[in-house]
Amino acid sequence: MSGELHGVIVAPGERLDQRVETRAPYVVEVNGVKVATTVGMVSQREGKSVFIPLKGVYVPEPGHIIIGLVESIGVSSWGVDIGSPYQATLSAQDFLGRPFNPAVDDLSRFLRVGDYVRAKVVAFDKTRSPLLSVQGEGLGRIISGVIVEVSPAKIPRVIGKKRSMVEALEAKTGCSVFPAVNGRVHIDCPSRELEVIAVLAVKLIDREAHRVGLTEKVIRFIEDERKARGV
Amino acid sequence: MGGKPKTMLIGEDGLRHDGRKPDEMRPIKMQVGVLANASGSAIVEYGRTRVLAAVYGPREPHQRFMVLPDRAILRVRYHMAPFSTSERKSPAPSRREIELSKVIREALEDVVLLSEYPRTAIDVYLEVLQADGGTRVAGVTAASLALADAGVPMKALVAGVAVGKVGGILVLDVDELEDSKGEADMPVAAAPDIGLVTMFQLNGVLSEDELERGLSMALTAIENIVSMEKEALKRKFEAIGEEV
Repeated sequence: MSGELHGVIVAPGERLDQRVETRAPYVVEVNGVKVATTVGMVSQREGKSVFIPLKGVYVPEPGHIIIGLVESIGVSSWGVDIGSPYQATLSAQDFLGRPFNPAVDDLSRFLRVGDYVRAKVVAFDKTRSPLLSVQGEGLGRIISGVIVEVSPAKIPRVIGKKRSMVEALEAKTGCSVFPAVNGRVHIDCPSRELEVIAVLAVKLIDREAHRVGLTEKVIRFIEDERKARGV
Repeated sequence: MGGKPKTMLIGEDGLRHDGRKPDEMRPIKMQVGVLANASGSAIVEYGRTRVLAAVYGPREPHQRFMVLPDRAILRVRYHMAPFSTSERKSPAPSRREIELSKVIREALEDVVLLSEYPRTAIDVYLEVLQADGGTRVAGVTAASLALADAGVPMKALVAGVAVGKVGGILVLDVDELEDSKGEADMPVAAAPDIGLVTMFQLNGVLSEDELERGLSMALTAIENIVSMEKEALKRKFEAIGEEV
């Protein structure tokens, strides 16, 4: 049995309550009336009407911690796919943390095409490409674990209210789970079997983000899988 | 007056050649999310007319000279599959297909919030799998659904329908036979939620009164089609999880 829906599903163009809370571009005002611009769900939270998009495109903002995939290697920087319409740049000087000389340093020794990095967006304003930095705690090349891609609109659900979902995932699987705002989840587990279960659990959240009682369902799912697989 | 006898498009009982009433649509079917590799997709059927839409993006276009600094560009490719017609159609883009791509693009541009994604391109591919009249309006409906499925923000959903005139009577949702043998064909697309007509063409001759009545018929039908679009989108999400 599956949980009920969190609220009412609305389609683009449908009128919403004037006091609905969300952020652009998911709701816009047309002729003085608030309308949804994407498929989303209106639910009641603490007496307020909230619009949660079910579909969306990731647009970077300075300060976001994202997981990027190295796509190209340039002379002094890497081109990084961050799951958004814009390709990001990670400069070699920033990655190495020291002045960089292209005649001496070969960038492919540090990051290759296909590597994942956890990085921070330091600059982006739609007129220029996003600029990344790995200077900070926990940032840099990802050397173990797996990356699961989910819809960026579902990341708040993977995190859960006050991190409840992430904490449940970590406690029940023993893995470290890091959901990045751009729709990529880094899962690092002590064993291959637990990794498979954690990946399936994250995919379950992505699929059923709009249903109630999901945290309990995910916990049950992990427990059942662990029992079935004997781990 | 002499001349060869005309095909009976309207019978003595007032019904059309396929048994429909003048203001009756063909059966409409819609399904969202039919392609795994596209950002959004939809398949729409107006009777025997069947159009598949796939949306990719927003993404950085390979042709960098095309980008605009303040908004995304919308690219629409309307194409008829070689097997979509009774006689093989050359797969090369024809003058008509290039023109319809432009017309459909303009029918969507007014509702898509292109300024949200400057310097990018949103690609809409429309493939007519089976043609039986009304392919451009079915294309607009399919494209609108696929854009919504891709999560591209839009002020409203758009749908289209063609009104025609056969045997001196205005008819809704013309098919291939009525289109080719009739006196007029008027494709209309609109976004009823925000009161916007985004496509309005007329091939043939209509009086002022007929034009007004035809437009009103089309807009009423479009409201119903947009409701069906919303249902199709909601159905996709409501269905998820029920089978688990």
